[in-house]
Amino acid sequence: MSVAEAGIARRTVERASSGQKVKDLLFRAALLLSLGVGFLALGVLLVDVAADGASSLSWDFITNFPSRISPERSGVQSALVGTLLLMVTTAVFIVPVGVASAIYLEEYADRDRWWNRLIEVNIQNLAAVPSVVYGILGLAFIVRAPLSLGTVVLAGSLTLGLLVLPVVIVVGREAIRAVPSSIREGSLALGATHWQTIWKQTLPGALPGIATGVILALSRAIGETAPLLVIGAALFTRFNPNDITSDQFTALPLTILRFVTDADAEFKALGAAAILVLLAILVVMNAGAVYLRNRYEQKW
Amino acid sequence: MTQDPEERQREASASGEGAVPSTRDGQVQTQALEARGQKASGERKPIFGLENVGVAYGGVPAVREVDLPIYQNEITALIGPSGCGKSTLIRCLNRMNDLIPAATVTGKVNYHGQDLYGSDIDPVQVRKRIGMVFQKPNPFPKSIYDNIAFGPRVLGQKGDMDEIVESALRRGALWDEVKDRLKTNAFGMSGGQQQRLCIARALATDPDVILMDEPCSALDPISTGRIEDLMLELRENYSIVIVTHNMQQAARVSNMTAFFTVELDEDEKHRTGRVVEYDDTEKVFTNPSDERTEAYVTGKVG
Repeated sequence: MSVAEAGIARRTVERASSGQKVKDLLFRAALLLSLGVGFLALGVLLVDVAADGASSLSWDFITNFPSRISPERSGVQSALVGTLLLMVTTAVFIVPVGVASAIYLEEYADRDRWWNRLIEVNIQNLAAVPSVVYGILGLAFIVRAPLSLGTVVLAGSLTLGLLVLPVVIVVGREAIRAVPSSIREGSLALGATHWQTIWKQTLPGALPGIATGVILALSRAIGETAPLLVIGAALFTRFNPNDITSDQFTALPLTILRFVTDADAEFKALGAAAILVLLAILVVMNAGAVYLRNRYEQKW
Repeated sequence: MTQDPEERQREASASGEGAVPSTRDGQVQTQALEARGQKASGERKPIFGLENVGVAYGGVPAVREVDLPIYQNEITALIGPSGCGKSTLIRCLNRMNDLIPAATVTGKVNYHGQDLYGSDIDPVQVRKRIGMVFQKPNPFPKSIYDNIAFGPRVLGQKGDMDEIVESALRRGALWDEVKDRLKTNAFGMSGGQQQRLCIARALATDPDVILMDEPCSALDPISTGRIEDLMLELRENYSIVIVTHNMQQAARVSNMTAFFTVELDEDEKHRTGRVVEYDDTEKVFTNPSDERTEAYVTGKVG
């Protein structure tokens, strides 16, 4: 090779081979395809459910109690009330317990201690335990002795709460970790105690993240069917629970199950309508989470 | 400062000189006030006495064998190349190193003759007396007012909060710029204003000493100049220790300068900081006794 040729070779930028371009395109197409599969499935589901259920949706459907015999007079009031009660009591249970656990693990736990590592690994594993197992736990410890609450809303909430607690703890820890250490240092350097720093600086800073996590945890709990079935909640009731500690109750997923497993096609359509109600609640909750995140998220 | 040192001294005496203070905080505070009162005599009085202080992270020494007195109502500058342990050392003075579990402090850090690492000392009480300003301005995500009021509130200080806030902002040379927007978020201020807010925030709890860890490294020269002017004003009532990479800054503001250097240990694995020279700033910059100091301050190395 002459000196001149070598000089040109050094100066010119090598062109990408056409093979590489094709690979690049193929890869991008594969990524889009994967995304498309997910979206398509969701879209088909929504259209299908809407087509089946939209005609049955009405105010009466929301306010009527379910009926065993006449689909046209059947509604989801007891299921809706049961689900809302479940969500409120679950939130009351998981917020303090979840946030306190997250604070302990982030602010106090010494990673070098084996028990703290054990707790951490356990929480990660708990998030992967099938929900039916939590149902069995709820049945064995909450519905029956030692707590012996019976099949009531509170028992359902505690069971669902245990189920989603790992989610709250994990998200809560992330939110606490996202508060920069410079804020903690600034507070401690002023003579604030560790607890004052957590309570007045770290927690307010982490609150939007924690709230988002709680809502996401609740939206998982709202659709859970198996644990409620296992603890013996009713598939449908013709009354609302009077309070959370005495009456039998039902919830939307259970009533949906009851409707869609009915042999009668009209009841199946009611199931689709009830799914629309459940989806509407989910959309509202997730929109709330997005709003909270955008409105209150702290840019550090 | 709303009170002059003598007045504080009288108050401190009136509140029971010689009596056993009821709380540790009371003890620290009384001693601090007594010491401040003696400034009138004109003698240099050490506020900190460091004796053979060393800090190690997970057993690896970061800085060792530091012996220095730090004087009251003076600005003491700690200079030296990166990794020489200046910031590590300044964090010993208000026990911020306690926040790093792997850090261990050896030797004695005396504050008004009291060992700050003594077994009966609560680091929270230490930090009430010894405030700190950090490298990067770290205002809380709150209003300007609440940033200043945070310290006095958590310490349970009595009095008119509006007055406390105004007084702190005036001492921080920030009042005129922000008096019309006290309720706006502190994140909307410029970097220099944020740093002066952090200084004012530290002043609001009425500390004895202010530690500044490279307070101007994130600021432009104009903001830096303002903060230097402020430091010179504050020297009247507070003792200041400053870590800085800016040698002109050390020369401009400080009374005493400690020059640190980094040394490799015997097996050449770990780098440890040490004090090479500690003297009047003027001497360190014009006639240093150690050639390493001279090479550094004249810009030959570093």
